[in-house]
Amino acid sequence: MIFQPAIIALLLASTVSVAMLLAATPFALDVIRHWNITSGSERQLQLERRTYLFSTLAVFVMATQLLSLLLFVFNADKMSVMFVGAMCAVGTLNANAWGFPALIAQMTVFFLAAGWLAVNHVDSRAPDYPLTRIKYAALLVLLPAVAAVLWLQLKYFANLRADVITSCCGSLFSEDTKGLTGDMAALPPLAAMVAFYATLGLAFATAAFHAQTGRGGVWVAVTSLASFGAALAGIISFVSLYIYEHPHHHCPFCILKPEYDWQGYWLYVPLFLATACGVGVGAVQPFRRVDSLRQVIPALSARLAAIAAVSFLLFTAVATIQIVRSNLVLLGS
Amino acid sequence: MSPWFEKQRHLIDFTLASLARRKGRHLGLLVVFALLVFALASAMLFAHALRHEAQQILDGAPEIVLQKLVAGRHDLIPPGTIERISGMRGVQQVHGRLWGYYYDPVVKANYTFLVPPDNSIQPGTLVIGPALARQRGLAPGTGISLRSYSGALYSFAIAAVLPQASELASADLLLVSEADFRAFFSYPADHYTDIALSVANPAEVRNIANKLAKLLPDSRPILREEIQRTYASIFDWREGIMLALLSAAILAFAILAWDKASGLSADEKREIGILKAIGWETGDIIKMKFWEGALISLIAFLVGFIAAYVHVFHFGAPLFEPVLKGWSVLYPRFVLTPVIDGLQVATLFFFTVFPFLAATLVPIWRAAVTDPDAVMRT
Amino acid sequence: MLATLDYHRSRLASGVTVARSASRPSGLGAARRPDCTVGASMIELRDVKKAFNQGQHNEYWALSGITLNLEAKRVTALRGPSGSGKTTLLTLIGCLARPTSGRVSLHGRDISGLPERFLTEIRRQTFGFVFQQFNLIRGMSALENVMLPAFPTGRAHRELVERADALLERLRLTHRRDARAEWLSGGEQQRVAIARALINDPEVLIADEPTANLDTALAKEFMAILEGFGAEGRTVILTSHDPLVVESAAVHRVIDMRDGLLVEQ
Repeated sequence: MIFQPAIIALLLASTVSVAMLLAATPFALDVIRHWNITSGSERQLQLERRTYLFSTLAVFVMATQLLSLLLFVFNADKMSVMFVGAMCAVGTLNANAWGFPALIAQMTVFFLAAGWLAVNHVDSRAPDYPLTRIKYAALLVLLPAVAAVLWLQLKYFANLRADVITSCCGSLFSEDTKGLTGDMAALPPLAAMVAFYATLGLAFATAAFHAQTGRGGVWVAVTSLASFGAALAGIISFVSLYIYEHPHHHCPFCILKPEYDWQGYWLYVPLFLATACGVGVGAVQPFRRVDSLRQVIPALSARLAAIAAVSFLLFTAVATIQIVRSNLVLLGS
Repeated sequence: MSPWFEKQRHLIDFTLASLARRKGRHLGLLVVFALLVFALASAMLFAHALRHEAQQILDGAPEIVLQKLVAGRHDLIPPGTIERISGMRGVQQVHGRLWGYYYDPVVKANYTFLVPPDNSIQPGTLVIGPALARQRGLAPGTGISLRSYSGALYSFAIAAVLPQASELASADLLLVSEADFRAFFSYPADHYTDIALSVANPAEVRNIANKLAKLLPDSRPILREEIQRTYASIFDWREGIMLALLSAAILAFAILAWDKASGLSADEKREIGILKAIGWETGDIIKMKFWEGALISLIAFLVGFIAAYVHVFHFGAPLFEPVLKGWSVLYPRFVLTPVIDGLQVATLFFFTVFPFLAATLVPIWRAAVTDPDAVMRT
Repeated sequence: MLATLDYHRSRLASGVTVARSASRPSGLGAARRPDCTVGASMIELRDVKKAFNQGQHNEYWALSGITLNLEAKRVTALRGPSGSGKTTLLTLIGCLARPTSGRVSLHGRDISGLPERFLTEIRRQTFGFVFQQFNLIRGMSALENVMLPAFPTGRAHRELVERADALLERLRLTHRRDARAEWLSGGEQQRVAIARALINDPEVLIADEPTANLDTALAKEFMAILEGFGAEGRTVILTSHDPLVVESAAVHRVIDMRDGLLVEQ
């Protein structure tokens, strides 16, 4: 275990998140069991009042997860000096088997929370609160996910020992590494680029189409998630190379550093926003036929889809500008 | 502007006015909050500044330092070693270093004697560190007599005092010529304290260290990155300890925040009741209270952080020095280079604003669910 | 009697028991304001009952079954002694609280079962309140107090200031615009409260014992303002046992109440 402020902060944030959701659990069970919108009993009124508290809690937990995602990557990068061979966040995350799972779990929680918030939003727009039961059942699903983040972080930090020989980003994302990350780096640039632009184009088109016509909502979520994957693969396989102007530096985290003018944020912020909105569109689709939501859901999902479309466009534009401006030549003569 | 932004603006306006109306009530919390930020930020800024200084110094250090070991203890490098390794592939430069410690009974302090690599010091003169100059009242042109371990008295003229900027590292330093060094310490000829190697390609450092260990099994190569790592761990660890000590304060603060937020005055309760009666919704009150918390946090954070910045970088962190710097008689008096680190600010935010907001969530909600018709019933 | 009532009232703050009527309406349409002709029924109450501390030993029925139609563009007064339930009835009409049983409908739409979030929205658009204690927020200027109910609507700040200024001018308060609420006299406070009730341009103005804290001269002044509202066709519902109010020509209809029931004439 490395005793360090940022680590303590991350564990604190996760612990508080888990504690809050845990505190909400009896209430969620209460809602699932006793919620009856047509009743006017005192219990029902109490439940209604508490929904305010718990949607605020959920927003808080989600914001916390987003911030700690940033802190987690930041911190991994800073700590790389403590591990032999680690040159950036990848090396630190690779210092034991728990680093990347913790990161992935945190991203998963973020997107789950985005979906939950979308459902919460539409539910509170209908006077009969039609999704309350479903919403609180879903909150119970969020709890193990957040608990898993805490557990993985604990495991990861507890098993960190300074001086462990780890691979740096140079070896993890270099072409001869086996596994998913190696595969991403080994993609031929042209094929990777085609896949990257095709998937993002598709996601943009689906989102824009949905924003216009209100149809194909589920596909917005599917293509958004696919784009998220394709975008990460693209960043690892070629976008990062153009930013670093180095044909073998595939790291997706170093682009967040000041040495590269924080260009990474211009990529990741729109990407995460777009994907979160896309997930939100998908999350509310199953309920679009609920009577009281017939007007609420199309309005929200069109707005989210529009944001997703613009953000995907922005992401693609930023990546393209980075590629065009770069002095590195990967393709062609 | 969209209605959403207008609404937030109205809520912020209202909150600001409401904070201004209850200055006394919020001032106490604000002061405690700012003090907490100040304490944490001081510790963090200070630790980071030290880390930064150490980094600066190490950046100029050789990639590898080779020491000879006898029975596990550091020993002198015998003649011929430098020649054996200077031909090694990848090694850019090799030179033998001479340095040692000297205890000065006059000020009861340890000095570090060092022969600079270019041996640029004139025999009979010294270049000294600023702390030493202060302690012994020395300035360029004056002289100092030191009794060597062999008992002989040596007199040196002070050629220069090292600049203040690098004081953390050079406080107790004496730069001396090679001839004077060997004479003063009765150092055997052609022997060296250790060997510094510079390596051009950072990726090669480990390989060269391995080769050195094989070639000279009785020696120990020390890598610069290892020293960096050690420094980083030590400073991180000390920072962590500081924080653990202060965690009680954070907890106490969270409890205070909870208490403050739940103990609404009759006046505030009445105000919330009125707002609800005239058409504010529970969610609006929660948002308003959220802005209140955000504004208080922001103000406290800024005040505390700026105070900590001044404390650390203009006054040299008098409150935290003993804990974080270590002990030495020749105490470096130095102004740290101001460095702010994004990660640290984010961490500090997590330690202060996050517990505050978390602690006030439930009390805020409780205040917000007041019945709208409550004001008509009294 | 009064002491018991106060006891009950103070208990209310801790926990209100309100049973919801049978079903909730769904699909809260856009807040269109239907055209109302004089005399058309705007608010309908059907067998409305309201209990406090339901199921406890101190259970108390403030309203025991009220059926009533209130017409648009008329000035209606609820008259009755303390404890007759007129204020409770006013809170139900004004969407400040929900009935324990029975239905309240506004323009034909059942609103008695709506959750608070939606009830507030309707209240903000439809009702403006003038409270007996005026309930201005101390430390804020008259102008800011007037603007307060419009903050959650997100209307532009400049527009709000203009509207508030116009209202203050109409109520002859322009010179007190920047005075803090606690510096205002009783009459001025009431006029600020009236301006505040009108900031969202509500269809209905609700006033609880508007003259209880005013001397005769100020009460007459209030009646003049009330007359103005009646003349311009605004719906006003007020409670009072002040003869000056209920016997005034400005009041079109007086409803008598006693012990939580209407007194049939």
